[in-house]
Amino acid sequence: MFLPVLLKTDLLLFLLLLIVMVAALYVRRRAHLMKSWLEIVRRPMAASSLIVLIFFVAIAFLDSLHLRLAVENTAAQRQNYYSTEVVSVFDLLATSIREQTEKTYSAPFALHLFVKETIEDNKGGSERGYPRLQYGGRHLETIADRPLDVMQRLGVAFIKAFAIGFFLLIVFLGCQARRQRTSITASWQYSFSAASIVPWKTVMVTLAVFLLLLMCTLELAPYYHILGTDKVGNDVFYQAMKSIRTALLIGTLTTLIMLPFAVFTGLTAGYLRGRIDDLIQYLYTTLSSVPGVLLIASSVLLLQVYIEGHPEAFQSDAERADLRLLFLCIILGITSWTGLCRLLRGETMKLSSVDFVQAATAFGVRPLRILLRHLLPNVMHIVLITVVLDFSGLVLAEAVLSYVGVGVDPSMHSWGNMINSARLEMSREPMVWWSLFAAFLFMFVLVLAANLFSDVVRDVFDPRRRR
Amino acid sequence: MFTYILRRLIYALPILLGVNLITFVLFFVINTPDDIARMHLGMKRVSSAAIEQWKASNGYDLPMLYDEKKEGFEALTETIFFNKSMRLFLFDFGASDEGRDISVDIGKRMWPSLAIAIPVFVLGLLVNITFALMIAFFRATYVDLIAVIGLVVLMSISSLFYIIWGQYLFGKLMHLVPISGYQEGSSAIRFVLLPVFIGIVSGIGAGSRWYRSIFLEEMGKDYVRTARAKGLNERRVLFLHVLRNALIPILTGAVVVIPLLFMGSLIMESFFGIPGLGSYTIDAINGQDFAIVRAMVFLGSLLYVLGLLLTDIAYTLVDPRIRL
Amino acid sequence: MPSEAVAATALLEVKGLSTHFSAGDEGIVRAVDDVSFSIHRGETFALLGESGCGKSMTSLSLMRLLPDNGHIVKGDIWLDGMNLMDLSEVGMRRLRGRRMAMIFQEPMTSLNPVLTVGEQIAEVVRLHRALKGGAQRACVLELLAAVGIPEPQRRYGEFPHQLSGGMKQRVMIAIALAGEPDLLIADEPTTALDVTIQAQVLDLLRRLQSETGMALLLITHDLGVVAEMADRVAVMYAGQLIEQASRKDFFAHPQHPYSSRLFAALPTVNKRSQVLTTIPGQVPPLTTPFSGCRFAERCPHVWSTCRQSVPAWHTLANDQQVRCHLLVDENAKHRQDISTATARVATASLAVDDNVSPLLDVQDLKVHFPIQKGLLQRTVGHVFAVDGVDIRLSKGRTLALVGESGCGKTTIGKAILQLLRPTSGRVLFEGDELTQLKGEELRQRRRDFQIIFQDPFSSMNPRMRVAQIIEEGIQALVPDYDAANRQQQVLALLEQVGLPAAAAQRYPHEFSGGQRQRICIARALAVSPRLLICDEPTSALDISVQAQILNLLKELQQKRGLSYLFITHNLAVVAYLADDIAVMYLGRIVEQGKVTDILHAPRHPYTQALLSAIPVIEKEAGHAVIRLEGDLPSPSNPPSGCHFHARCPQAMPRCQESYPGKTLIASGHEVRCFLYSEDKPSL
Repeated sequence: MFLPVLLKTDLLLFLLLLIVMVAALYVRRRAHLMKSWLEIVRRPMAASSLIVLIFFVAIAFLDSLHLRLAVENTAAQRQNYYSTEVVSVFDLLATSIREQTEKTYSAPFALHLFVKETIEDNKGGSERGYPRLQYGGRHLETIADRPLDVMQRLGVAFIKAFAIGFFLLIVFLGCQARRQRTSITASWQYSFSAASIVPWKTVMVTLAVFLLLLMCTLELAPYYHILGTDKVGNDVFYQAMKSIRTALLIGTLTTLIMLPFAVFTGLTAGYLRGRIDDLIQYLYTTLSSVPGVLLIASSVLLLQVYIEGHPEAFQSDAERADLRLLFLCIILGITSWTGLCRLLRGETMKLSSVDFVQAATAFGVRPLRILLRHLLPNVMHIVLITVVLDFSGLVLAEAVLSYVGVGVDPSMHSWGNMINSARLEMSREPMVWWSLFAAFLFMFVLVLAANLFSDVVRDVFDPRRRR
Repeated sequence: MFTYILRRLIYALPILLGVNLITFVLFFVINTPDDIARMHLGMKRVSSAAIEQWKASNGYDLPMLYDEKKEGFEALTETIFFNKSMRLFLFDFGASDEGRDISVDIGKRMWPSLAIAIPVFVLGLLVNITFALMIAFFRATYVDLIAVIGLVVLMSISSLFYIIWGQYLFGKLMHLVPISGYQEGSSAIRFVLLPVFIGIVSGIGAGSRWYRSIFLEEMGKDYVRTARAKGLNERRVLFLHVLRNALIPILTGAVVVIPLLFMGSLIMESFFGIPGLGSYTIDAINGQDFAIVRAMVFLGSLLYVLGLLLTDIAYTLVDPRIRL
Repeated sequence: MPSEAVAATALLEVKGLSTHFSAGDEGIVRAVDDVSFSIHRGETFALLGESGCGKSMTSLSLMRLLPDNGHIVKGDIWLDGMNLMDLSEVGMRRLRGRRMAMIFQEPMTSLNPVLTVGEQIAEVVRLHRALKGGAQRACVLELLAAVGIPEPQRRYGEFPHQLSGGMKQRVMIAIALAGEPDLLIADEPTTALDVTIQAQVLDLLRRLQSETGMALLLITHDLGVVAEMADRVAVMYAGQLIEQASRKDFFAHPQHPYSSRLFAALPTVNKRSQVLTTIPGQVPPLTTPFSGCRFAERCPHVWSTCRQSVPAWHTLANDQQVRCHLLVDENAKHRQDISTATARVATASLAVDDNVSPLLDVQDLKVHFPIQKGLLQRTVGHVFAVDGVDIRLSKGRTLALVGESGCGKTTIGKAILQLLRPTSGRVLFEGDELTQLKGEELRQRRRDFQIIFQDPFSSMNPRMRVAQIIEEGIQALVPDYDAANRQQQVLALLEQVGLPAAAAQRYPHEFSGGQRQRICIARALAVSPRLLICDEPTSALDISVQAQILNLLKELQQKRGLSYLFITHNLAVVAYLADDIAVMYLGRIVEQGKVTDILHAPRHPYTQALLSAIPVIEKEAGHAVIRLEGDLPSPSNPPSGCHFHARCPQAMPRCQESYPGKTLIASGHEVRCFLYSEDKPSL
C-alpha cells in the first residue's frame, strides 16, 4: 500500500516527456523532419550516445515516481498511515543498497572501515584497528577470499549477460525478419550491413556493453559497496545514481521553463520591430549584463531567507528540496533565455524580409498566422540546437553552483553536493577518492554523451554547416 | 570616435539603472530589510527593537523609494534605493553589512584576481588559436577526427575535476607548487602557476573547438579558393588569409570579457585560497553579506557594458569594413 | 576527338577527364564525365552549359582546386607538353597563377576582405615574378592601370569593400594577370554583374587577350557572351561535352538537338507572336548512372538506340564535332520536323483603349529609406530608392520595368503592393487609392494584385506542402471557400501551370527551379488577381526553363486577361513579352514607350547604352557600340542635375544643373533628357 506523491518537478518532467512524445509523433508525420532525424540516428556516434542518454532518462524517470509507503499497522486501525519519508520507485528497486549503510567511510569493495576504531574482541579486550563492515562483504571470512568471490560473481554476470543478450538478439532478428518477410539469417545480414537505416551494429555493441555493466552491478552491488561509502556510511554508487535525476532535471527543466518566453520575445521583437523590439532588446541586454553566477547566487540566497522564514509551508524535506531545485531551474532559465532570444530575434528579422514571408503578407495572411506558420517552424532548428547545446553546460554548472553553495539543497543527491562534501576530505592521507571519482565519472559520461549527440544534431540541422 | 564612446557610455546608463532596479527588487522588495536584519541577528526570537537598531546602524531604516516626510529633492535621496543603489553610480560602494569599506576591499583584492585572470586569458587565447590552427591544417584527416573527439572529451570534464586533479597531482604528489594560498610580491608566482595552468587547460576543450569551427568556416569561403588559385602554399593560405579573417570574430569575441577579468574567478580563487575578488564574492555569498553581493553585481554589470563598448571599438580596429 | 596533329600545337589538352564527388546519401556525383578538348595559344574557348552541368567543376579540375569531397578519377591534362596529373601538389602550386590563372563568378566574395587590393595583387607578383620593394609596387600599379582602374595609387591601399562589383572583378583580373599566365580560366566572369558593367569587363578581357596573347577558357551559360567572345565553342550537358565547333559554325548550324533547341528557346522580339520552343523536363541529376544519351529524355528525335548506347563523337566536314546518333547517316530517318509542331501563333495583347481609365495608375511615387546611424538611430540621410515615378498599366497588357541592379525597380513593385509604404505619391488601382487603405480594407483588396518573386527557392516556406502554400491565399482572402472547394481549386491551378496533381502533397525542395516558379505562379493565381507583378521571374532559371515559364505567362495572360508589371534587367525577355517599356535609372524613369519604339529607336543615351551593352548573337549592321564609363552612383547620394550626366557620352553643361523634364517623342513615348527638350514641348 502506498500513497503517490507528485512533486512539482516530477510534474514538469512528465510534462516534458509528454511534449517529447508529441513532438516525436509530429516529426513522424513530416517527411523532411523525419529525414533529418534519421540522418542523426544513422551516425554511430549519435546512436550510441542516444542510448546512453535514454538510459539516464530512464533512471531519472524511475526516480521521479515518488510515493509514501504505508506504515505497518495493526489490523485494528482502519485508517492507513503513511511514512513521512518520500521514496521513489528507483529507491524501492535499490532498497538493498540504500539501506545497507555503514558507520563511515569505506573504500570500494572494502571489507573494513576506512578509519581506525577501537574494536572489542571476543575475549573482552580491545585494540585499535579497522573494524569489519556491517554489510560490505560480510559473506566472506577473510579478505583473501575476495578476489575469487569477485571473479566468480563477474563470471556469473558474464554468463547471464551473454544469455540475455543472445535471447534479445534472436527476438530482435525474429521481429526484423517478420517485418521484412525474410529469414533470420537474411535479416542478420541486412541489419548489420551498411545498407541498414539504423546502424544496428553500433546500437548492439552499445547495448551489449550496457547489459554487461548492468549484470555486473546487479551481481556485485548487493554484496559489496562497489564505489565505497561516504562519511556517514551511505553507499556512493547509490548516491551517484540518485544524482542522475537532479542533473537531468536541471539540464532540461531550465530549458523547458525559459523556452516559451525566449521564443515569444525573440519572435515578436524580430517580426514587429519598433518599440516592442527596443523594449525586449533593453530587457535582455540588462539581464545579460548582470553576471550570471551573482544573479543566481543572490536569488538563491533570497530563496533561502524565504524558506527559513516560512518553515510551515513545506510538508516534507523532499518538498523543500524540490522547491529549491525548481527555483534554481527558474533562475537559470532567466539567465539563459537572453542568448536564445537574441539569436531568434536576429533570425526572425532575417526571415521577415525573405520572399515567402513577403508573399504571405501579400496574400493578406494575418500577422499572428505568419508568426506561427511561417516564422516559427523556420527558426525551430535554432531552438533545437540551443536546447541540446545548453544541456551539457547546465549539468556542469550544477556542480559548480552546488560547490559555491547556491546550487541544489544540500540534502538533495547531486554530483555537485557529492564533490563538495568529498572535497573536505582531500587532505586526508590516504585520500578518500571514490566519492569524487564516482561523481566525476557519472557526470563525464552524461555530459560526453550529450556533447557528442548535440554535435551531430547541430551538424544535421544547422544549414550553415551543410556542405 | 570620442563622441561615439561618449554616446555609448550615456546609452549604458539606462542599462545600469535597470541592473540597479533588479538588484533593488531582489534585495529590498522580495526580502524586506526586516528579513535581512532578522537573519543577521539569528533567526529565533529577535525583538523588534533589535531589528530596528540593526537597521538604523546599517542604514536600512529609510523608506524604500520615496520619503513623504521630506521636502523636495530629499524626498528622493533620503531613501534606501538612493542610498544603497544609486550611490553605486558614483562608485561609492558603501560599507559591508559587517562594517568594512567595500571600496577599499575591492582596491586591495583586485590585484591577486588579475594576477591569475590575465595570464589565463592571454595564454589561453594563444594556446587555443594554435591548437585550432593545427587541427584546421589537418582538416578532413584522421588527425582532425581524433583531435575533435579529444576536444569534446576535454570539454565534457567538469572544471572542478581539473582543479582537484591538478592540486592532487602537482601539489600533493609531486610537490611542485603549493596547493593553495597566496603571497604578495614576487613570491606570488609560485602560487599563481598552478591556477593559471589549470585555467588554461580547462578552457582548451571548448575554446579550441570553437575556434576550429571559425577557421573551417573561413576556409570554405571563396577568397580561400582565390588564394589557392594564385599558387600560394597551404601555409600562407592558412596563416595569412584565413587567420587574418578568423581573428576578427575570435578577437572581438574575446574582448568582451577583458573588463570582467577584474572580477576574478569564483571557483579558482576559492579552491586555491587566493584573496581576490572572486573569493571575496564567494565569502560574501556564504556569509550572506548582501551589501557586498550588491556591489559586485553592479561592478560586474558595469564591466560587462564596458566590455560591449570595447568589442565595438575592437571591431573598428581589426575589421576594415567597419567604421564608427 | 581532336587529332594528334592538333594536340602537338595545343596549349591545353584535356583527355578523358572525369571528376567525381561524394554527396553523402545521394551517392556519387559524376560532375565531369570523360571530357576532352584542347585550347590553342591566344584562342578563346567557350564552355557553354546550363547550371549544374559540370562546367565549373571542369575548370576547378584543370586547376586541381577541387573541394575536399571531389577528386579526378580519370584522365590527363596536358599543359604545354606537361601532364598536370603527374605533378605533385607543390609542382601544381608553381603552375597556379603562373601558367594558368583563374577568375571566379562572385567578385564580391572572391577577394579577401581584410587585405588591401594592392597586397592581394602584390602577393602574386612577389611569388611568381620575384619582384620586391619599389619594383613590386610599380608592377602592381601597372596592373591596376591595365585593368582600367582609375587612380591606381589611391586604390592600391583600399579594401575590397570600398570597390564596386565591376571594380572588384577588375581587381580579380589583375590578380590573374599578375603572373603573366598562358591560360586564363574565367568562370562566369560577368554573371553577377550588370549589363553595362558586363560589357566593360568583356571588352577588357578581349583587349588584354590581344595584348598578352594568352588563351582564354570562358565558362558561361550566356549564348550572347559566347557569340561576342569565343573563337571555338564546346557545349556541355549533364557532365559531358556534346558538341564542339568554331563559333561561326556553331551559331550558323548547331547540330546537336540540345544546341539547336537552346537557340530556339531564346526569347527575341521576332518571336513575339509565337510560342517559344521549349525543352521539356530538366537536366537529369548527375548521380544517375547513364546508359545512353543523356539528352534522350528531353529530345524530340529520341528513339530506342538513344536510350541504349552512348553516342560516339561524329566529326563533320567543317571539323564540327557532335555526340548524337542522328549524325550517323542511317539514322537520319529519325529526325523529326519539329519546327512546325510548336509554331502556333499567339494572339497579341489587348489593344490600349485610352478612354478607359487604366487598371493601375502610379503618380509621382516616392520611396525614401532613412539611413540610420548609431545606437540612437539618428537619421543622417536618405536612400532615394524610388524618386518620383509615374506608371500607367491597362488591363491585359504588360509593362516592363527595366534597369540595372539598385535602380529601385523592385522597390516600386513592393510599394505598389503596399508591402512597403511609399513616402509620398499615389497608387491608384481602378481608381482606388491604395496608399490610404489600412488594415482589413487593404487585406481584402490584396486579392486583386499579386507578386511572383525572382528566387524560386526563397519564395516558398520550406516547411509547408505545395497544397498548403497554394491554399494559403485562398484561405486568407476567400473565406467562403470550404476545404473541399479549396482542394479542388488547388488541383485546377496545378493543372493550369502544368504540374501533376501529385505535386500537391509534396514539399517545395522536391522540385526544380522551374517547377517551383510554376508553383509560385499557381499560388499567385489562386486568388484570381487582375494585376501580377513579376519581379525577375526568370532570371534565376536556365534558358530552356525560362522559355517554359514565359510561354506559361503569355498563355495565362490571354486566358485570364491579366495585366503584368514585369520587372527585369533582361531585355531579351522584355522584347518577347512586353507591350510597353519603362527604363529606370537611379530611382527615376528616364524613358518609356512602346516596346518597338524603345527597342528600335531608343532616345535616352542610357537606353541606347543599355541596348548596345547586351551581347547579341546576330549583330545588325551599323550596330553602334556605346560603352558606359564608371558605375551606377549610390542612390543615397545621387549626382546633381540629371543623375546620368557623369556617365553620359553626350552630357552638356546644363545636365549638371537640373533634372530634365518629360519630353513627348511620339504617342506614348516619353523621354527625360535635355537632348530632346529644346525642340519638343516640355510636359
